[in-house]
Formats: sequence, C-alpha cells, structure tokens
Amino acid sequence: MSKIKAALKNGKAYIPFITCGDPDLETTEAAVIEAENNGAALVILGIPFSDPTAEAPVIQASNIRALRGGVKTADILSLVKKLRAKTSIPIVFFAYANVVFSYGSEKFISACGEAGVDGLFVEDLPFEEKEEFLPFCQKYGVDLISAVAPTSGDRIPVIAENAEGFLFVSADIGETDRKILHSGIEETVCTARKYTDIPCVVAGQSLSNMNSERLTEISDGVVVDSAIVERLESYGKNAPKEIGLFIKELSALH
Amino acid sequence: MTNPNGRFGIHGGQYIPETLMNAVIELEEAYNHYKNDPEFNRELSELFNNYAGRPSRLYYAEKMTKDLGGAKIYLKREDLNHTGAHKINNVLGQALLAKKMGKTRLIAETGAGQHGVATATAAALMGLECVVFMGKEDTIRQALNVYRMRLLGATVVPVTSGTATLKDAVSEAMREWAGRISDTHYCLGSVMGPHPFPTIVRDFQSVISKEIKKQMLEKEGRLPDAVIACVGGGSNAIGSFYHFIGDESVRLIGCEAAGRGIDTFETAATISTGRLGIFHGMKSYFCQDEDGQIAPVYSISAGLDYPGVGPEHAHLHDIGRAEYVAITDDEAVNAFEYLSRTEGIIPAIESSHAIAHAIKLAPQLEKDKIIVITVSGRGDKDCAAIARYRGEDIYE
Repeated sequence: MSKIKAALKNGKAYIPFITCGDPDLETTEAAVIEAENNGAALVILGIPFSDPTAEAPVIQASNIRALRGGVKTADILSLVKKLRAKTSIPIVFFAYANVVFSYGSEKFISACGEAGVDGLFVEDLPFEEKEEFLPFCQKYGVDLISAVAPTSGDRIPVIAENAEGFLFVSADIGETDRKILHSGIEETVCTARKYTDIPCVVAGQSLSNMNSERLTEISDGVVVDSAIVERLESYGKNAPKEIGLFIKELSALH
Repeated sequence: MTNPNGRFGIHGGQYIPETLMNAVIELEEAYNHYKNDPEFNRELSELFNNYAGRPSRLYYAEKMTKDLGGAKIYLKREDLNHTGAHKINNVLGQALLAKKMGKTRLIAETGAGQHGVATATAAALMGLECVVFMGKEDTIRQALNVYRMRLLGATVVPVTSGTATLKDAVSEAMREWAGRISDTHYCLGSVMGPHPFPTIVRDFQSVISKEIKKQMLEKEGRLPDAVIACVGGGSNAIGSFYHFIGDESVRLIGCEAAGRGIDTFETAATISTGRLGIFHGMKSYFCQDEDGQIAPVYSISAGLDYPGVGPEHAHLHDIGRAEYVAITDDEAVNAFEYLSRTEGIIPAIESSHAIAHAIKLAPQLEKDKIIVITVSGRGDKDCAAIARYRGEDIYE
C-alpha cells in the first residue's frame, strides 16, 4: 500500500494546501509541522507558478506573493528534504506542468523521489497527457495523482481505474453547469468509487459553500486550501500557529 | 499537419485541467462533424462573402515596389474585412460552430481588442450572449475598442491579474470556461491553446492563403517567392502560410514583436528569445525564466504582446520550413508611417511588423521576385498611440 493510501485509509481527513514560500520557506516548514501536530493526515504543497490559470484569486495572489519573495524550485525541493528529517507525514506536490517540465522532468521527479515527496499532482496534465511525467514517476516511486470533476462524465471509469495514491475530485464548476449537469460532487465521488478503491479526496473553491461534515462523510478527505491560504495572507510569518489551530478545530468536528 | 493527438511535431497537445477536457472533446467532435458538412460550409461561405466582404483584395503596391527598388510587392488586404482585421474569419467560423453545438454564449480573450470586437460582432449577428476578457492595461491602451464591444452588446471584463495583458485575459477566459461549459463556447482568437483550437483557428484562417494562391495565379500566373506576416499567437501568419506549406519555393516569413529589442527584457519575440515549455494548454516556445515562470512580455502592439507562439509555428520553425524574424517597436512605427505615406494605407501596428521586414527584404531581391505581405488589420485603432509614441499630445 502506498504511504498516501495508508494515511487516508481511516477517512474523514482534512488536507491542508500550503503555498511554498508564502511568505517564505521557513513559514512553509513550520506550517507543515503545525498541521501534522494538529491532526492533518497529509499535506499538499503548492509550487508557485506565475500564471496559475485554474486557481481562484486568493490562491493566485498567494502564488504571486511567494514568487515576489524569490522562492525557487530548487529551494522547495531542499525544504522537503529538510522536512523529512522531522516528519513522515505524506507530502504531495501541487504544480503546473511548466514548472516540472522547465526544471527537467526527470531531474525534478527524481529529486522528488530522493527528497521523499510521496505524490505529484499536475493541474494542467489530464489523463491524455500523463505520459509526459508518468514514466519518471514510476521510475522514482512518486505517485502521479489524477483528478476527476463533475464535468468528467464518461471519462471517470478510465481515469479512476488508472489512478494511484488518491483520486482528486474537483468541485470546481459554476452554478449554471451544476443546474444543467444535475451532477455534483457526491455523484462524482460515488461513480469514481465503483472503479477504484484508492481514497477519494474532494477539492475546490466551491466547497466553501458546502457543509464540511457532509463532505468528509462522502469522501475520504477534504482539501482545505482557501482557508489556509487566507491565513498565510493575514498572518504571514505567524500563520503556522493559526493554521494549526484551524486544523485542530476542523478535526474536532468528529 | 495535425496528428490525432493534436501534435505538430513535438508541439501542441492538450495540457489543461480535467475540468475542461470534456469541453474540448465535445468541440473536437463537433468540428470534425461540421468541417466536412456541405451545409455548414455553405453558410460559412455566405457569411465570409456577404457579411465579412471576402475575398479580400490582393493589391499590387506599385509605389512601394518602385520606392524600394527590388521585389514586386503585393498586399493581402485583410484590413478591408468587416471589423477591420483577419480576426473575423475565425470568429464567424467558431460562432457558427458554437450555434450548431447549441451553445448560447460566447466568451473570448482579446489583446488589441480586434478579436473581442470580431467576437462581439458575430455574437450580435447570431444572437449569442458575449463576454470578452481584456487585460486592464489593454482596456486603457485600446479604449475605443472597449466601447465598440459594448456598443455591439458584449460585456467587457477588465482583467487585473498578473501583468493585466493578453496572457492574463487568456487565463481568465479559460478559468471562466472551466466553470461554465454547458452553455458556453470559448471563442479562442489565435492558433494556440489546447487541441483542437490551433487546428480549428488555422482552418478558418487558411482562407487567406487559399485566396492569395488563386489571386496570384490569376495576376502573375505563378506562386509568390515569399509570404510575410506578423506573429503574436500566429493566426494571420498561419492563415497566410497554410496553402503554401507544400510549395517549397515559397519562403514563409513570420515577424515577431521584438519590443525594445531582443537583447532587452522588454520584448515579446518568443521564437527568438523563448524556450520549450508547456502553458495555456500547449507545448510550444514561451518567454520564461529558468524556473519556468512565464515572463512579462512587452511590445508597442497589444495584439503581439503574448509570451508564447502557436504550436504549428513552433513546428515550422523546428523543421526549418518557416523563418521567424524579430522587428522592434521603432521599425514597426516607421513602417506604419511609411505605408500610410507611400500607399495611402494605414496598417495596424501589428501588421506594420510584417511591412517593416518587407522594407528590409524587398531591396535585397531581384525585380522579378514577388513578395506578399499580409496586412492583417487596419491601423485606425493605433493612430493615437503612435502619435503619442512620436511625442504628440493627443488622446482619443
């Protein structure tokens, strides 16, 4: 069993999303430790990108703050190495394809394997383009995370069957689509579960309107991104403590 | 040129979030169905000819030819199309396709505003709702086009993220589409983005080279020796090149925006200064830093101010079939003034990049050579900005 799958096997997990280098890497490091100490089962570390085309404004702004602070890809890889001396919490990188590709796909993914990164999710890498990074992920033992969305429809079976680590279920569709598609996050999770036994993790900006307890019932974990990133924005270097408290509150819900 | 996965050599592909995949698959299926549908093609020809004013003229620029003293120069007058640029070709095709697909809403990105105006025009004509995303910076540079779009019934959304220019408008349109694919078609304005856009846009723009070929054979009884067009994303250039790709004797020359020069950071010349990357749904060349962060590019021309280039151009560059040169702001402004004075034609500042290269190339060629320059758009929209560039204090 992969470390990711094992970490989520009890379900009801809250998974913090932390932008690396916002406002600096020391804060990122401390935030990961605080999150773990307060009950996070896994952390997602966002590698900042200049043009995060799919992210909400609050996450975009966090990416830009991190880049203005001068964070480099190589420093982020070193950070994980450093973290591995202190914690064994599963770490998944969230990146855009150009960051990985530009570093050198094999160089980046081998460095992930060496540093102890457990999984890699690439936002702009759909099933059809997986071969760009999958061979290296397999070679260096990094789970390449897949995603499905309510708009995925008949794509769900093939994506879910081939998914590893956990399956991202993206909730990011607008009001109009939700009405027309008559499909939401719950239906998507249910369909995906027919084709895979790996954990299903829900994520997306539209989640903030939904009941978080209900979400943890239907899925194995919920990504908490905007709420964490807002704390990075508001508290800066003092954010780790706030993030820890927040995770603790969420975990106490059940 | 396209293989089934939407690749041009190593370039192209579909690097987009899963949320958008079914939208592009649906688009590809619809396009494959309608592109060979006689009724669709009849309706599109009807729109091209009776609404947009096609075929556009191939005009012998006699004074320019004599003045430069070399190759014979023809201008492909896309500036004479309805809405004043080549953008209408693609937009009429995509709007008709969207309507056939049952979509009721068009969204688009725009740089200079030409594609936005064209999209708003087609939406008005076909009774579709229209929302155009435009970098805040560009809404200031091209205020008149913002008003035009609103006059045509479109909503213009100023984009403030990133550098607030064309690339950010593309990002915002993609984000909007990901959240609303059921009733919305993203009418992408150039030969870029994920497959099938580079192919669809090329096919609709290829009417340019189809006409040039026919008109040239009628006028001169032979093919031209060179075809020159400006390249941002590259839609008018690929449209001008496409039917000549198999004709090895025809030089294909794309003119990128060098801004203040390719040795400065204030440039948008992707093939000259960029490197291979993955962005906005495609693998191609991009201006970026060593960590893959997309560079804030610059050109006097809002329409060429984009950090990437269409994947088919990247491929034509790789295989050496097309040449790409970089033209500075200064050279483009000189060409803008030159064509206005010499032929009484005010070209768009984008198109002026192609004219600037022809001014350098024509005198080096023998008089029996023929070059065609695509004048992709008219320059009325640029007059105030060029006047200011020359230090005149005028505002629209």
